[in-house]
Amino acid sequence: MQRIGVFVCWCGSNIAATVDVDAVVEAVKNEPGVCFAKNYQYMCSEAGQALIKDAIKEHNLTGIVVCSCSPRMHEATFRKTAEQAGLNPYMVEIANIREHCSWIHKDMKEATEKAVILARAAIAKVNLNAPLQAGESAVTKRALVIGGGIAGLQSAIDIADAGYPVDIVEKSPTIGGKMAQLDKTFPTLDCAACILTPKMVEAAQHPNITLYTYSEVEEVKGFVGNFNVKIKKKARFVDSTKCTGCAVCTAKCPSRKGGNEFNCNLDTRGAVYIPFAQAVPNVATIDTERCIHFKTGKCGICQKVCSAGAIDFEQKDEFIEEKYGAIVVATGFEILDVTKFDEFQYTKHPDVVTSLELERIMNAAGPTKGTLLRMSNKEHPHDIVFIQCVGSRGNTCRDKTYCSKICCMYTAKHAMLIREKYPDVNVHVFYIDVRTPGKNFDEFYRRAVEQYNVDYIKGMVGKVWEKENGRLAVQGVDLISNRRIMLETDMVVLAAAIQPSKGVRNIATMLTASIDTNDFLTEAHPKLRPVESPTAGVFLSGVCQGPKDIPETVSQAGAAAVKVVGLLAKDKLVTNPCTATPNELMCNGCSSCARVCPYGAIDYVEKEVNDHGKREVRRLATVNSALCQGCGACTVACPSGAMDLKGFSNRQIMAEVDAICR
Amino acid sequence: MQKTAGLIKKRALELLADGTVTKVLGWEEGDFIYDVTPAFFDKETIDSLVFSSFCGSNLSKYLIKACKEQTEGKILVFLKPCDTFSFNQLLTEHRIDREKVYVVGVECKGMLDIEKIKALGINGVTKVIDNGESLNIKTIYGEKTCERSEVLLEKCTTCKSKELVVFDEVLGEKAENENSQDRFAQVAALEAMTTEERYAFWQGELSKCIRCNACRNVCPACSCMKCVFDNIQSGVASKSNADTFEEKMFHIIRAFHVAGRCTDCGECSRVCPQGIPLHLLNRKFIKDINELYGDYQAGEEAGSRAPLVNFTFDDAEPSVIHERGNS
Amino acid sequence: MPINENKEWKPLIVAFCCNWCSYAGADLAGTSRLSYPAEVKIIKVPCSCRVNPMFILKAFERGADGVIMCGCHPGDCHYSTGNYYARRRMTMLFSMLDYLGIDRQRTRVEWVSAAEGQKFAAVMNDFAKTITELGENVKLGDLRCKKQQD
Repeated sequence: MQRIGVFVCWCGSNIAATVDVDAVVEAVKNEPGVCFAKNYQYMCSEAGQALIKDAIKEHNLTGIVVCSCSPRMHEATFRKTAEQAGLNPYMVEIANIREHCSWIHKDMKEATEKAVILARAAIAKVNLNAPLQAGESAVTKRALVIGGGIAGLQSAIDIADAGYPVDIVEKSPTIGGKMAQLDKTFPTLDCAACILTPKMVEAAQHPNITLYTYSEVEEVKGFVGNFNVKIKKKARFVDSTKCTGCAVCTAKCPSRKGGNEFNCNLDTRGAVYIPFAQAVPNVATIDTERCIHFKTGKCGICQKVCSAGAIDFEQKDEFIEEKYGAIVVATGFEILDVTKFDEFQYTKHPDVVTSLELERIMNAAGPTKGTLLRMSNKEHPHDIVFIQCVGSRGNTCRDKTYCSKICCMYTAKHAMLIREKYPDVNVHVFYIDVRTPGKNFDEFYRRAVEQYNVDYIKGMVGKVWEKENGRLAVQGVDLISNRRIMLETDMVVLAAAIQPSKGVRNIATMLTASIDTNDFLTEAHPKLRPVESPTAGVFLSGVCQGPKDIPETVSQAGAAAVKVVGLLAKDKLVTNPCTATPNELMCNGCSSCARVCPYGAIDYVEKEVNDHGKREVRRLATVNSALCQGCGACTVACPSGAMDLKGFSNRQIMAEVDAICR
Repeated sequence: MQKTAGLIKKRALELLADGTVTKVLGWEEGDFIYDVTPAFFDKETIDSLVFSSFCGSNLSKYLIKACKEQTEGKILVFLKPCDTFSFNQLLTEHRIDREKVYVVGVECKGMLDIEKIKALGINGVTKVIDNGESLNIKTIYGEKTCERSEVLLEKCTTCKSKELVVFDEVLGEKAENENSQDRFAQVAALEAMTTEERYAFWQGELSKCIRCNACRNVCPACSCMKCVFDNIQSGVASKSNADTFEEKMFHIIRAFHVAGRCTDCGECSRVCPQGIPLHLLNRKFIKDINELYGDYQAGEEAGSRAPLVNFTFDDAEPSVIHERGNS
Repeated sequence: MPINENKEWKPLIVAFCCNWCSYAGADLAGTSRLSYPAEVKIIKVPCSCRVNPMFILKAFERGADGVIMCGCHPGDCHYSTGNYYARRRMTMLFSMLDYLGIDRQRTRVEWVSAAEGQKFAAVMNDFAKTITELGENVKLGDLRCKKQQD
């Protein structure tokens, strides 16, 4: 049986003017467990707190109820008071008789009655309270960044600069990501490579950063502060310690039919390749699906020409296991596959390209060495039509419902660059809306229209087809003049939607991080915790969280890094004591609880239990209290009631219901 | 039926003999031919294994305990199509071990209800000969005939599927599921009543309950190690009459706990000694889930995520209940 | 429980409020001095997903005339997904109670944010009015107590 003290606060006249505090004290004195009750003018004052502390000591109280303002106001205060008097802080309950009672009711009798009931409910609860201890867990001072694009690089550099070791895992042979493929960046039009490659080099040379390129995360175990990660370093079949990046092998490789991904397959590369000149690490990789040696056992030219002796056909995948305190997901995006958009002839006509392909065509290191050419006949185009929102903002199954956010700006950029370099080329842009919020963005777009005379047409394109002369016909609508229009053009550029990288769902599953229906990772809070995943210790950087441009990506990457540094700076993590706990004897191991846990805090173990003398091995739920945030979703999903929540147990809430409905 | 019974026994003997299984879970005849109960058999006792039109009981739940106890070899179990759904659901919930079970699917065209036969005035049944649509029933008072459809178990009149969703091998001839009635018709009829009428109906039914726990004990979804009503921590358990909560709320909570997990095997109603149509509670949840969250059949696919441990961002608001037509 | 003829009957309403949004919304109603009937008694839970149907049934069985559950708006849950599960659970439970002949107006779910003190008071006023009009709830307690007919 508890020995409970009840302390009724007047809050000056805030409570006492509407609630008869003497009557409340009298009424609660006879409640089960109550052995002390008193009212006082300001319970939260020094004197009021002293009164509580004295009573705890004098009456050997095991629990207290403070009838006062909202617990959101002073629960922390009174918990501290109790702690100072030697009482466990979780033996304190607050009956909110101000916000929920005296301030909303005018009739004293009514308000007093309600205050008594609220006090009774709190007493009933405290009768079932148990002392709780906040746990502690250690923090491994090392971070993992998944993805080596601009988002991942920026996060890694910021964390490394703060003094913590960081590992970057990148699935392709080089870091750099999508930004490396871009020609110029809006709204300043500086060259992407010029600003990105120094970052790539910085990351590679940073004493605190380790790069794992051509590698993938295989397995993630553990929790915030204590992740155990298995990384697979895929075999390159090139010894990266010996390879000098001289590129002789890549030039001599006879298997040259396959597309070059870096140039969006607009040209080809050898089976042994370095993705692009500034690749980091500057090391060749053998594509076994295309390599003649791997297919037939013959060839081996690369091995012969390599003066460094770096080619190693026997190389095996390597596995690395490492511990991390925090993980940043920066898996980025890919371009939506537009082959389903038959009406634009993308699969049928080489002059219909996506914006990223145009980016490569315009780039000096691209398939045309930076000269704008029609891919069909390598001739100079005279008219170009841009089609916006291909696959974005749609309702059909081939569309994404969201706005890809960056397309309006990059199309304005493309249009402007083309008009600048080739004033003879007419540029038309079909759009639904032009969305240009952002610093200097709208000015940029207006410059495209006003200075460069880009023809913006509000309306969509219904159909594109090839004419007999080899040019393309574009049929669309102009919604402003409300007429159908027909254009003849040399090229069509599709502003294809962006979508999260394919592998992200797999990574999210390993991390137990939430993911939305579009495969974007979910934030812990959409407004207040935008760079954190609901899974503690997992942070979000870049487009994996939602469409964004480079400046936004870099800011978010920095923000994620700060959160990581804030976590790694701690020696110990204090855990919330109000966590879920399963009763082993009642757990069926059915997995219902784990399915609703937003934090991946529930795991299962095969464990021997002693059920009243009967020993058997059972599958049991275990809760990692470092991860559990105490929402209670699992407690209701559990059919046997084996899962309960400390601080808000089934019996406690039932007791409150009982007390209120008495 | 007779042929299938022969096949079943033959297979059980073979599988026991070649060591595929060490134990058989099937049915055993009691004093009367219609008095059939689930039982385990081994090489010595396998002769008592029977299969007849009275084998309505679902054997899947017995595997929970049996799997725990099975240390070596497999258990042979005979499952009818509807039973296989329960089996899958138990797999989903990690209650049984697939590796320890050898499932022989037994095709089924509906099982018989002895009470319905008796209600036709046919007593003292000694043998049932199945002629397809009609039955020849031999009794100690002579031979009688009746329509098969007249005497089907309630759960078989609204058979949800003749598909075996999990098996290692199949015996018997596949039946068509064409005569099955709409299994939600009774629920819809109740929904069409007024609130007062519905209350009167359920008060009438639930007042008959003697809290014998037969429904809980037979239900393959009610497979908890310890029921919440036996759990003192739950705040709802009561062994004394001081708290009538358990008494009054048992059926609602039971239905809620199996919602989304209930395969609609109909065993609860079949075993209720008071004849309470308990399946109508479970079916209401199934109907609601299908209507609000999309068709879902528990146990159709092992590992599927039950609707109540799942959600979509644009799920219906609870106010849809208030907006329903009748009152 | 016999109703005292001399005393005006007042309903008993239990409101389960999540700690992060609705409880704070109720606090804001108080801070803004927005009144709602004293019959409404609030029980704090960490999240709407902590509300077990058994709590609601228990309240009804103990004589509550109406039970309302308030949580963060869908999409705003402090724990990301709690209220989505709560939404399905409550929809199912309320539908079942309705099916058993318990007046569906006696149960309600409302999403109230920490900024919606006004909405909290308005919801409680409206709910209390509905319950007062429905009168005393005896049905759930009596569900298993049909009188023997002669």
